[in-house]
Amino acid sequence: MLKTTPLNQTHRDMNAKMVDFGGWDMPLHYGSQLDEHHKVRQDAGMFDVSHMLSVDVKGHNVRGFLRRLVANNVDKLTIPGKALYSCMLTPQGGIIDDLIIYFLSETWFRIVVNAGTADKDVAWMQKQRDDYAVDLEITPRRDLAMIAVQGPNARTKVWQVIAGSQVATEALKQFQSVEVGPYFIARTGYTGEDGFEIILPAAEAPKFWQALHAVGVVPAGLGARDTLRLEAGMNLYGQDMDETKHPMESGLAWTVDLKADRDFIGKQVLSDTPVTHHLVGLVLLDRGVLRSHQQVVMQRDGVEHQGEITSGGFSPTMNQSIALARVPTAVSVGDEVDVVVRDKKLRAKVVKYPFVRNGKVLV
Amino acid sequence: MQVPADLKYSKSHEWVKSENDGTVTVGITSHAQELLGDMVFIELPEVGRTLKQKEECAVAESVKAAADVYAPISGEIVAVNSPLVDAPEKINEDAFSAWLFKMKPSNPSELDGLLSAAAYTELVENEEH
Repeated sequence: MLKTTPLNQTHRDMNAKMVDFGGWDMPLHYGSQLDEHHKVRQDAGMFDVSHMLSVDVKGHNVRGFLRRLVANNVDKLTIPGKALYSCMLTPQGGIIDDLIIYFLSETWFRIVVNAGTADKDVAWMQKQRDDYAVDLEITPRRDLAMIAVQGPNARTKVWQVIAGSQVATEALKQFQSVEVGPYFIARTGYTGEDGFEIILPAAEAPKFWQALHAVGVVPAGLGARDTLRLEAGMNLYGQDMDETKHPMESGLAWTVDLKADRDFIGKQVLSDTPVTHHLVGLVLLDRGVLRSHQQVVMQRDGVEHQGEITSGGFSPTMNQSIALARVPTAVSVGDEVDVVVRDKKLRAKVVKYPFVRNGKVLV
Repeated sequence: MQVPADLKYSKSHEWVKSENDGTVTVGITSHAQELLGDMVFIELPEVGRTLKQKEECAVAESVKAAADVYAPISGEIVAVNSPLVDAPEKINEDAFSAWLFKMKPSNPSELDGLLSAAAYTELVENEEH
C-alpha cells in the first residue's frame, strides 16, 4: 500500500501520471514534464512535496543539540526565520540525509528532511537525544503538507492567494522564512528559481493548491522537479550522495564547518580523511543522454582516471544532456572525458555547476 | 488508446506497416511513447544493416528513460527517418506517423506471427492490470 499526500485526489483530478516514488504515490507529470519544466523557468509552477517531513525540535537548548547533530554550524542562524542547509552525518562521515533547518526560536527549530530517509532520520535524532540525555521533544509533523511554488512569478502568485502575505514576505531574503496565519512561508526551493516553499495544515492543502492553480500556477511533477534540480546543480539524496559518501566528495564541502571550535558527529573522520574524489558537472558534447551510473573515463599521462555519473539527464533549458559525476580530483573543470553509453564512448566536457540559475544558462 | 487497425504490432511495442512495394515501415506505438514521456533522443540503425527478428536496432530516449527498439521481423534496413533525430518530440505528437525505419523482410512469414490491433490492445490492457 503506497503512502499518499493530502493532495493525492487533487493530482488524480488533474490527470497526473502517478508513480511509486520510494513508497509514495506521487505525480510524475500532468501531461508533459518538459512543458512543466519550462513553465517553472519562465513563469510559475507548483510541486506537492508533502512526502517530505517536517520535524519540530522543541525544548531548552535545541541549538546545543543541533550543533552536535549536523555538519553545518547552526550558530550561523542568528535571526528568527533564518534557514540553513546541512548534512547529518554518521560518525564515519557518511551522509544520513541532507536537510534544511529553520530557526524559529531558541526553544523551537524545524528540520525538513527527505521522504525516503524520514523514518531513519527521526530515529537517529531521537537516539542522539537519548544517548546524550538531552531533554527535547522531537516531533514528526505528518499533519502538515508542503507545497513548493517556484519560478520568476511564483512569489507574486502566492501574494495573490494568501491575504497579507506580500507585506509579510516581500522583504524575505533567500533562506528566510516567516509564519503568515497557518502558512509557514520560506524563500527556498529546489529548482534554481525564485519562489517559496510553503508548509501548511494538511486539510488546507487542496484548497490552497486550487487557489494557486486559479491564478495561473501550473502543477508540476517529480519529472520536472528532477530536471530542474539537476540544472540547478542541487544534489539528490540516494543518487548523488548516501551513507557511503561524505560531503567533501559530494560537492557539499561548503556546508561543512570544520573550523569552528565545535564537535559534531562525523567531524573527526572528515578532518582526517584526504579528499580523493569530487563532484563535477558534465555537458555532453556528442548526441545522446547521460544517465546515472554510466562510467566516466579520462586518460592523462598514461594513467586512466575513472569516475561515475551520479545524476544524468536531458536539460530542457540547454537542450542537451548534462550530468553530475563523481570523479578523481585529477579530473577538473575544462577537461574532456569519455562517458561509456551502451557500447559507445561519448565526449563530455567537465564544467563548474550549477548549469542554470534564475532562467539563465551559466555553463 | 490509439491502436490503428491496419497495422501489426510486436510485444515490444513496435508498430509495423506493410507497404505495397514489399517493405515494412516500423515505429513505436502510442502506448510506448506514453509510457516513456517526452522524447529527447533517437538513435537510428544504419541503412544496409541486416537484422534478425527481436534484435536491438534503435534507441528511443525520453527525459525519463532509455528504451531499446527491436526489429519486429528479420531483414535489411532500407531507409531511416533521419529528420526524426532532430525532432524526437514528433513521436509524442503522433507515434504512428513518426516512423523510425523501413525494412526489407528476409522472411515475410514472420509478419503473420505479429499481433493484430485487437491482440495488441489486449496485451496493453493486461499489462496495465
